Amino acid sequence: MSVVLVDAGGTNIGSVRYALQRLGVEAALTADAETIRAADKVILPGVGAAGPGMARLRELRLVELIRSLTQPVLGVCLGMQLLCEHSAEGDTECLGVIPASVRRFEEAPGLCVPHMGWNRLSPIAAHPLLKNLQEGDWAYFVHSYAVPTGDYTLASSQYGDVFSAVIARGNFHGMQFHPERSAGVGARLLKNFLEL
Amino acid sequence: MLSRRIIPCLDVREGKVVKGVRFRDHIVMGEIVDLALRYRDEGADELVFYDITASPEGRSVDRSWVERVARVIDIPFCVAGGIRSVDEARAVLHAGADKISVNSPALERPELVDELAAAFGVQCVVVGIDSMRDADGEWRVRQYTGDPSKTRSLSRRTTDWMIEVQSRGAGEIVLNCMDSDGVRKGYDLAQLMVARTVCTVPLVASGGAGAMEHFRDAFTQARVDGALAASVFHSGAIAVPDLKRYLQQQGVVVRLQETSRDE
Repeated sequence: MSVVLVDAGGTNIGSVRYALQRLGVEAALTADAETIRAADKVILPGVGAAGPGMARLRELRLVELIRSLTQPVLGVCLGMQLLCEHSAEGDTECLGVIPASVRRFEEAPGLCVPHMGWNRLSPIAAHPLLKNLQEGDWAYFVHSYAVPTGDYTLASSQYGDVFSAVIARGNFHGMQFHPERSAGVGARLLKNFLEL
Repeated sequence: MLSRRIIPCLDVREGKVVKGVRFRDHIVMGEIVDLALRYRDEGADELVFYDITASPEGRSVDRSWVERVARVIDIPFCVAGGIRSVDEARAVLHAGADKISVNSPALERPELVDELAAAFGVQCVVVGIDSMRDADGEWRVRQYTGDPSKTRSLSRRTTDWMIEVQSRGAGEIVLNCMDSDGVRKGYDLAQLMVARTVCTVPLVASGGAGAMEHFRDAFTQARVDGALAASVFHSGAIAVPDLKRYLQQQGVVVRLQETSRDE
């Protein structure tokens, strides 16, 4: 099985790559369109801001390519947000393969933004990506923007409002938390993706 | 609901984990990767590695161990120590660290915080603050605390600096209360409570943990998001799983280690 990590300049690429190695998979880091198109699985990692993230994909001429992929694709953190239609972060038009908009968390007393730390997952739809995930399993989040829940939501979490923790539409999947940093729960979910 | 975080801190000196009392007299506690794995297995929520000699010596953090840690660890970790530029921060993040923490270099040049936030997003940018109470009763910032002979007292009030770094893009603040550090008499609750009122980003308490009650008090009284400690964990005086069970009994939301579920 060939797995590629799209090199869109995110800083968590190393950690995602090591997490895959711990699962016995050597993922190539690439920005080459043909390599990405030919892969069995494509992962779009990302730490950073939506505007620069999309700018980098446009610069690499990967926007149309990613939209046209038919194999399983997983966006992680910012990578998940880039799969949506629009992000309020920098008023950015994103890839638009999942019909959702990304909004900023509302700051409130006792509610720090960014949402940083371990929070619980609630599976709300049956999906092979969530195999062996249980209500209340913990995942590690670091983000200031979030995707509201919708019919694309597979699992949710709550920080003030309920928001999407795992989303999917067709072959496109997203995890708002960092599976590569979510201990055993994260490893299990990454393994599920590799087995899709 | 977001859990409160337990964060073992590993002070790194010449590639080993060390600990001193009141920042002095460092003794070797163990190998970096061994201790990192031990804490991961025990259910630590996050790890912080401070290269305590980097800033006073004017060099950046030795990065070879960052990659070694990143390969084996599947919980988040933060690296601190003499990061002075976006390029140095990028190298540490690309080696696999989740966050970088700046302390003395941000005091030398506060714009560094803006630059790091613009380059990587505020979620990657932690500002560490070493703070001590002066004779006039004000808490003020200290610089270059890794080496007592180079430590400087600054005129900046700690709360002023906390407000400034948040406006510049700090995504988290670690407040190390030096009066209580290393003496295990409890976190500096008075200072942390004041800090909480000016801190709208996650706040991590550091310095003084000696008993499980100290963690509870920091969470319930000072409402910190995370509590950092070193010697009580390294010495085995407090085991992370015991601490988390205790905190849960005390009504603090913590991530208890998942039971293994074989597929």
